Parts: sequence; C-alpha cells; structure tokens
Amino acid sequence: MKSLLNFVEKIKPTFSKGGKLSFLHSTFDAFETFLFVPNTVTKSGAHIRDCVDLKRVMTIVIIALMPALAFGIWNVGEQHSIAFGLDMSFIEKVWFGFLKVLPLIIVSYVVGLGIEFISAQLRGHEVNEGYLVSGMIIPLIMPVDVPLWILALAVAFAVIIGKEVFGGTGMNIWNPALIARAFVFFAYPSQISGDTIWVEGLNAAKANAMQVVDGFSGATPLGQAANGAIDFTTTTGEPLTLMQAFIGTMPGSIGETSTIAILLGAVILIWTGVASWKIMVSCVAGALGVGFLINGFAAPETFAAVPAYWHLVLGGFAFGAVFMATDPVTSAQTETGKWIYGFLVGALAVIIRLFNPGYPEGMMLAILLMNTFAPLIDYYVVEGNIKKRIKRSTIK
Amino acid sequence: MIKHIQLNKGLDIPVKGAAELRIEKNIVSEVVSVKPVNFKNLTPKLLVREGDAVKAGSILFIDKYRPEIGFASPVSGTVEQVVRGEKRKLLEIRVKADQTTDYIKFNTPDVVKASAEEIKKVLLESGLWAAMKQRPYGIVANPADEPRAIFVSAFDSAPLAPDYNFTLKDEAANIQVAVDVLNKLTKGGVYVGVNAKTSATSPFNHLKNVKLYGFSGAHPAGNVGVQINNIAPINKGEIVWTIDPMFMAAIGKLFTKGIYDVTRTIAVAGNRVEKPCYVTCVPGTQIKDLDFLVSKKEVEIFDQECGCRYISGNVLTGSNVGAEGSLDFYSNMVSVISEGNYYEMFGWVKPMRFGKFSFSKSYFSWLTPKKQYKVDTNLNGGERAFVVSDVYGKVLPMDIYPVYLLKAILADDIDKMEQLGIYEVIEEDLALCEYVCPSKINIQDIVSKGIATMIKEMA
Repeated sequence: MKSLLNFVEKIKPTFSKGGKLSFLHSTFDAFETFLFVPNTVTKSGAHIRDCVDLKRVMTIVIIALMPALAFGIWNVGEQHSIAFGLDMSFIEKVWFGFLKVLPLIIVSYVVGLGIEFISAQLRGHEVNEGYLVSGMIIPLIMPVDVPLWILALAVAFAVIIGKEVFGGTGMNIWNPALIARAFVFFAYPSQISGDTIWVEGLNAAKANAMQVVDGFSGATPLGQAANGAIDFTTTTGEPLTLMQAFIGTMPGSIGETSTIAILLGAVILIWTGVASWKIMVSCVAGALGVGFLINGFAAPETFAAVPAYWHLVLGGFAFGAVFMATDPVTSAQTETGKWIYGFLVGALAVIIRLFNPGYPEGMMLAILLMNTFAPLIDYYVVEGNIKKRIKRSTIK
Repeated sequence: MIKHIQLNKGLDIPVKGAAELRIEKNIVSEVVSVKPVNFKNLTPKLLVREGDAVKAGSILFIDKYRPEIGFASPVSGTVEQVVRGEKRKLLEIRVKADQTTDYIKFNTPDVVKASAEEIKKVLLESGLWAAMKQRPYGIVANPADEPRAIFVSAFDSAPLAPDYNFTLKDEAANIQVAVDVLNKLTKGGVYVGVNAKTSATSPFNHLKNVKLYGFSGAHPAGNVGVQINNIAPINKGEIVWTIDPMFMAAIGKLFTKGIYDVTRTIAVAGNRVEKPCYVTCVPGTQIKDLDFLVSKKEVEIFDQECGCRYISGNVLTGSNVGAEGSLDFYSNMVSVISEGNYYEMFGWVKPMRFGKFSFSKSYFSWLTPKKQYKVDTNLNGGERAFVVSDVYGKVLPMDIYPVYLLKAILADDIDKMEQLGIYEVIEEDLALCEYVCPSKINIQDIVSKGIATMIKEMA
C-alpha cells in the first residue's frame, strides 16, 4: 500500500495546477479517491465527520442490485435454452447470460463514465459517483437483445440531457436511468417492442428463419395483456402461476423479472437507510389501492379484472418501486411528500397499464411523471410548514 | 412542576476520551488572550494600549456600533500585545497576568429591589453583558431590547461535553441570584431546560422563579436553540435571550461579591488527552498551559503520522485554535483529537472499518453500540451536491426543513429564509446535520452566511 501511495504522491504534481497534465486533474482525482480515502481534513464547521460518503452510499445500492443482476444473468440463459430447446446446465445458462449481459454493462459504464469524466473536467469539479448506480441500472432495465449502439446512444442521452445539463448528480429532475429507457422506447420503437426482443436470440432466429421450439412465444405477461389475453402463460404456453411470476422465470428486461431478487435488494436498501421505505411501501399501497378499486368496476375477462396483486410481480413494477422511485435526488424529499409521491407512482403505474393500450408497461412513465411533480408535492408540504410559522407569528 | 419533553431525533456520537469527574488543577496562565473574534458580528473598538495596566473587569474593547457593550479582561496585569491581522483586524489582546488577580470592585444594587436599568448597567460596565446572547442570530444581546423570555440549557449534550452537574455543583446559590437578575430583564420569565435523566443532581433542579423543563433524547437535546424550538419557537420580530450556565455562576458572583470573575471548570477531553479530566481556568487561558495533559506519544493511523488538533469547544462546533491558541470566551471545554491527514486505501469500499463510527447503517458500527471511537478530523470523502437529503431530518429535532432552509440561504432568498425558520437556528443547531452529511457540505458555514445576510438586511 505504501509503495502505491508513494507512486500516487509522486505523479500528483503532474496533474495538479501548473503541471503538464493538469487538464486531466479531475480524472486523476477520481482515480486517487477511488484508491484512497484522501487525506483531506475538515477546515471549517464540525471537526469530525461521519465515515459515510457518496461512494459508500452508491456502493450499497450496487450491492443491493446484485441479486437482481445475478438472477437476470441466469434467466437470460434459461429463457434462451427454453426457446431453442437446448439442454443447458445451470453453469452453462449462467455463462451464456453472463456473456450476453457483460457487454451491456461495459458499454453502459464506458459511455456514461466517459461523459461524466469529460464534464467534470470541463467544469473543474471532482467526478461524481452518481453514475456508478445509473450505469448498473440501465442495463438491467433493457431487453437483453438491445443493440449495443442503441444502448450507447441512450446512455449518452441520459447522462447529457438527463443529468449534466442540469448541473450533474444531485441537480437532475428525472431519474437518468429511466431517461435512457424512455429514450430507447420512443426513439427506436421498432427495435424495442414486440415479442421477440425479450429473449436472447429470438430476433436473430426470426431473421434467419431458425427453428424455435414449437409453440414458444417470447411475449411478456404484460405484452400478452396488451394483446387482450388475461390468462397469462409462460413462454411455452403453460399457465403462468403467481409464484413463477414472483420468482421471475419469465421473459422481460434483464433485472426486472424476479420480484424476490429485487426484494432482497430492498431489504439491504431499507436496512441501511439508503432508500426510503416510505416510498416503497406507499408505492405498493398505491398500486394495490387503485388496482383493487378498478377490479371492483372491471368487466370480467379483461386485464382490469386481473387481481391487483398481479401488478406487483409483473413487469418493472418491483424494480421501479425499489430502485428507481426511491432515487433520493428525483423523488420527493420531505417525509410527508414521500408518502404522497410513492402512492401516486404506484397508482399511476397501474392506471397506465390498464388504460393505455399503446404501452403495456406503466412503471417507467409513472415514475418519470412523478419525478416531474415531486418538487410540486414538496412545495406544498414545505408551504404547510411556512404557513404554520406565519400563523404563530404576530408580525406578518 | 417539571414539564417533560421527549426528543426522538438526534445522535450521540460515541467519542472516546470523556473527562473523568475530577478537577486536576487550577490553571493560571502567564498570558491571557481576549479575542474579539469570539463575538460574532462584532466590530471592536480598542480602548487600551500595549503597556496599560488592567484589572479583572477592566474593559479592553467595546462594540463600535453599541459602545455601551464592553468586553473585559478576566485577569489583572498589563496589556502585553495587541495582535492584528490582515487589514489591521483586531485579533487578540494579550494580557500578562499578575500573580494574584486584582478585581475591580463594582457597586451592585440589591437584586430584589433593583430595576432592570440598574441591573443592565452593572452587567454592561463589568463586561459580563457579553455572556448574554440573543436569538435570532446568536450574537451578543442588545441592552435596549426587552426579550420575550430568557432561556438557559442546564446541560450540554455535545460529544465529550462537560457535566454541568459536576462543574457547577457548588454554584447553586450563585445561579439562584443569576435567575433573580435575569427575571428582572424580561417579563416572560426564565426557562431552564435540564437533562431529564440526571435532573436529580442538577444544581438547577431546586431553583425558584424558573420555568423548568426536562429534556430527554440524544444530542442536540442540550442545545438551547433546540429547547426553545420545542418549548415556544421564536417568531418573526421576537427576541429571546440565552445564557450559558457557567455565566450564571459569574453573574451570581458579580451581584454578591461585586467582581467580574469568569473562572470556570472546563473539561479537557478527546482521544489525544492522556487522562481526560477537568481543570479550572479563565477564558483566554493558553492551550500551551493545558498541554501537559496531552499525550506525547506519536500516533500513526495507517502508518502515517498524525498530529493533534486543539479545539476550543466541542468537536462539532468548537474552533480550531491550534497548540498556540487560547480558550474561547464561550467555550466550556478543550477537545484534543487526531488530525486525519492520512490516506486510507479503499476505505470507502471496505466492508468493515472497525475504527470508524457511522450514523448510517452502511457500516457495521451499529453492531457495537457500546463501543467508543477514536475520532479524527479526516473529511472521509469529498464535497458533493445535496444528494441524500433526508438524513438531516433524522438528527434535527426542530420543526424545520433543513435542506430547504440551506438552499434558500445559498440562493440569498431573504423572504424564504425568514419563512423557513432562519430566526430559530444558529450554527450549532445544524452541526449534527453537517456531521452526518454524506456529501460533506459545510452546513455551519452556510448557516453563518444566512445569519450574516439577515443581520445586514434587517439592520
């Protein structure tokens, strides 16, 4: 450790102000602080500081994403093997999935962090940790067959338009990962919709007229619902049980299918206090509340009549509620506001799913919409505090 | 009848090195410093020159804009040096102390019969007025005002803070005199907040003519600002005064003996102090004279040598005075901790960092709730924008939205600051927010900026 520290110290002047490579200052700084917690001491204010920093907070979120990622990797292999009738072992499925998912993660991080480094450099700031999480979330909410160039474009759009134009991490209005997802959805609808994109190899198989297992359909349950089906089936046409949907052995975006893996992440986030349990709970309450209400009025044999709890295990609901609605920057920031915000995210997601035939998945739009309105919710909560203060004062 | 208030937000940082309940020594410094910079927002006007003889209670400098407020020398002797900084800013007046302190004898009225004006006159001419602070802003009170009430917090809940039940245990009579004095200055009464857990042994427990409140909860329950906010928050246009218990003892001495005696028992604590304990001394005592208590062992953290930081006050709100500095006027303790100028490889990603405490559960210090930690001054990260903003609310037991207030200050929005409660807070109230902030934002600096703006705008 000492020798590495000495080396870092030695090359430091080259990157500092006046040094030859001073234009790479932010980059150097990012790598230095990655290797070592720096020797900065408090200059004013409290002399001692908690040992938690943003790097740590972001690391916790990434750890919480691991179960969903691991399940997603296996599920890519699993769905592929079912589609093509291959007899693959557990290890083979994981390896297959790993090889498919890894390029997505690499592209996401290289493009996203590259832009982060450049903009930190231009501004003369330290590189922010925010993208460490977005960079992991973005691949997890993409279909596995998304072309890498589309992913790269989406990441660039999300980081530049979704975040850097507002001033970087902490300043953005919308969740950057969802901006990436929305970009892909609206800019490349033909490449990212239909029944063939959710399972690796289906697109290529269709193009090359390759043989897929008889009766196999890559449609996700929400996709089936959008086509009017109400008895959800697995890819091989068997009825889909609630338990299967909960475990997540069905096609979908890489990280979103397994509610149980996501719940593991939720436990980590709630226990460490990194994400707000209030948002998660109220989001589920919103979905169930509106869902059951609609159940009461729904015509039988329609998607609206499917029991509301199905919404929790289908599509990106769980992933969105746990990892994206709770983004501390773009969600409501007052405690009362969080209850309202979370409830509306859940409620809107179900409403969009049920009443918007054009788009089967409502979670992305619900969260983006509520990101937009979160400051308004907070405004009224804070206004309540202000009113109270004015009321007890004798001088207006 | 004691009213009880339970505060559920806050944090007691488990810092190692609390002072043992014994008075080690009476410290008499050869030189005592009186520092105008201790008084926020003060423009001082010097009244003495180098070489002048002074007594304890002689006014050394006054407030240029409120010349009736003077600041006195705590010892007798000769003015040795007037230290000035950039632009001739008055930094410090160094008084070479006599062997025995010679006090000015003030004529004090009978407290029972005296009028508010007579009381104010004595406090002002003795220099003890400086002990009276006002809210909003936390500056020295204006004698022309009549406060809504006067608030005293009878305990300090900050890390390693001295135990007033111990340091003031013989001062109950003086404190009662001070209460009677304070009652003359306001019609609203004197509110005293005691620690509900230890109120039985508090010298404040049996006071007459006070409104007694018991507070339980973690720091900042002992901050007078937090107590005011929970008893009766300050509204726009209102003024309340606050005073530290150790100055109440001094007021008692002023009105019974007629002397300006601000001698106090302070804690010398922190992990770099060999045997943390209490000493008695006057404000302005040189840190050098306390240095015999500091461990001479070299301390290495991750094989890197780390020096000491000498803080007048506690580790959250004190000032970094250095080994050559002196005790601040309002300080009730000296903290000595390690400087954190070390690198820690992969510190942020290590699953366990046994030596470090965190309020967040992202480390495992919650597994060892009884453990005390050797703290140091490492920032533990880099400064960032506001990201995790709900953590502040967990350590601030006040009806205030801290992030919104801080953003209003940063935006210089005076109306918003006022609406969001700038009158109710001073720096120390948000010190814990600064401690827990993962973005390492200097919150106390922001509050200072807000207060400075308000003073300028409301003048």
